[in-house]
Amino acid sequence: MNYVFIGTSLAKIIGLLGFVLGLMNYAVYAERRVSALMQDRLGPNRVGFAGLAQPFADAGKFLLKEQFTPAQVNKFYYFLAPCLAMIPAIITISVVPFGSTLFGVPMVIADINVGILFVFAIASLGVYGIVLAGWSSNSKYPFLGGVRSSSQMISYELSLALAVIPIFMLVGNLRLTNVVQYQIDNGWLIAPFFGDWTNPGKWLLAIPMLISFVVFLIAILAETNRLPFDLPEAEQELAGGYHTEYASMKFGMFFLGEYIAMITGSAIIVTLFFGGWHFPGIPDGSHGWIFGLINIAVFFTKVCALIFLFMWVRWTLPRFRWDQLMRLGWLFFFEIALVNIFIVAIILMFVH
Amino acid sequence: MITLEHYLMVSGMLFAIGFAGVMVRRNIIIILMALELMLNAANLSLVAFSRFHVNASGTPNYNAQIFVFFIITVAAAEVAVGLAIVVALFRLRQTTNVEDITALKF
Amino acid sequence: MMSPFLFWIFAILMLVFGAAVIINRNPVASALSLVVSFFGLAALFLSLDAYFIGVIQVLVYAGAIMVLFLFIIMLLDLRAEELRKINWIASAGGIAVALALMFQIFSVVEKFPAAKQSFPPLAKPAPDDVRQIGLLLFNNYTLPFQIIGIVILVATVGVIILSRRETR
Repeated sequence: MNYVFIGTSLAKIIGLLGFVLGLMNYAVYAERRVSALMQDRLGPNRVGFAGLAQPFADAGKFLLKEQFTPAQVNKFYYFLAPCLAMIPAIITISVVPFGSTLFGVPMVIADINVGILFVFAIASLGVYGIVLAGWSSNSKYPFLGGVRSSSQMISYELSLALAVIPIFMLVGNLRLTNVVQYQIDNGWLIAPFFGDWTNPGKWLLAIPMLISFVVFLIAILAETNRLPFDLPEAEQELAGGYHTEYASMKFGMFFLGEYIAMITGSAIIVTLFFGGWHFPGIPDGSHGWIFGLINIAVFFTKVCALIFLFMWVRWTLPRFRWDQLMRLGWLFFFEIALVNIFIVAIILMFVH
Repeated sequence: MITLEHYLMVSGMLFAIGFAGVMVRRNIIIILMALELMLNAANLSLVAFSRFHVNASGTPNYNAQIFVFFIITVAAAEVAVGLAIVVALFRLRQTTNVEDITALKF
Repeated sequence: MMSPFLFWIFAILMLVFGAAVIINRNPVASALSLVVSFFGLAALFLSLDAYFIGVIQVLVYAGAIMVLFLFIIMLLDLRAEELRKINWIASAGGIAVALALMFQIFSVVEKFPAAKQSFPPLAKPAPDDVRQIGLLLFNNYTLPFQIIGIVILVATVGVIILSRRETR
């Protein structure tokens, strides 16, 4: 084995994991500040400068609370569920290219040829944590939350998978670095404003890509249980949903797992539709390490912008009713994504 | 050194476990799971043979992997229908035990 | 190819949790054991350079089929089944037949001399198997592929009819 490869891979894993966990903590802080902004109040601003030390205070609160375990729960699965809710979301980010190159090392942990399938495979495991939490709590409301969540995630996974098929018909490869490279050559899929201007097929394709993007974004909202699709944990109906019986850090892991899922979802949207680490005019990392760092910064800036969009949606839209949610998923997004595939196929056949 | 024989042995053991599950267990859902184990044992030996028969161009023989793809697809359909039958049965009889379903027994 | 150490780890993981599926009395534990067993199997597929099949295995089985199982087990609330007593004679008979089958398979594999050779090397260490499988599927296997589509359609219709409540 190659020791340079092992060393750089370990460095990338530790660096990315640390960064994503830090981003997760500040996403919680940002959520509270953004909600305050939307509701014309201040939000947490007392701990540290402008409340920036608030995540540490929150972590301390989570860890120091009593580890309360209800008597009637199924112990093993009760403790397993929070771990299962958090781990898949973290693993998913390992195939996302988060930068070009830094000192000649490609900034992606595992560049595998089935990249997007791997993302779906691991992301679909996230449902186990929620289902098990609902079942092992041995209580009505968490159980209803778990059942709602599993049906919701299975339903929206279909739209999610169908929405990305047009991209891979266009790129002709499932490797995520190739998707980014295609967008560098031909312009971002959602906004092809650079590259070859004279190609009419590119402009025609921007329309189905936009449809794809909207379906994918909404399906990601549903997959990560964000409002307006947060029925598994609807407070008004289910007293907190699948994590009603959880306290202290066990609840914290569900809570933070949701934010990690949001970060990885945004990272995948950025990779697929917004050109990944690419920004027009900024060269890649082969022109000097400073550009490599700038590329990583560009990637995470886009991710943060999307996270802000998610929060904006959460504090703007009301929650759907349960039957509306299922009808929307099965009778609307599923069909749109399916028809979209045909549109892209026709355009590719006649124009490209 | 791991050879094709090791993969076939492991596949045979997995198939035997699934077969024992079908023979021993009386819960219809567990029987369905044991059927999945048997299907996957077949998948493992098919993929092992696909890797063993390398084409002239130096790639595995992908025909076997197509079979695996079809098996996985049919298994998904089979599980959906099987579980629907289990749910319909449970509504009628409030049981999933095969020993309680003897109406057709001669 | 994978090192023998990793092969044995994943093979034993798969077999132990496969056995746990049929030994566990709690259906939820069985379903989760089956998920772990499928992970071991997916790792064995990766060791055979079948990346597409390995990922599809996790995606379809662990991500969809087992969630369906878990969903149904939870919905029917099958905890009472744990209390039933085991018919030891029938179980011993079933295990004996399965063991006989296993040794039958072993003896057949033993008589297959080509299987003792090592796997031939590939031209490229990581073949682009998604493209190859896609080309085969849509060129040589178009008709079977469409038939599979019909099978799934029939299964979907059947499931809907089976699970529909009678309205009179």
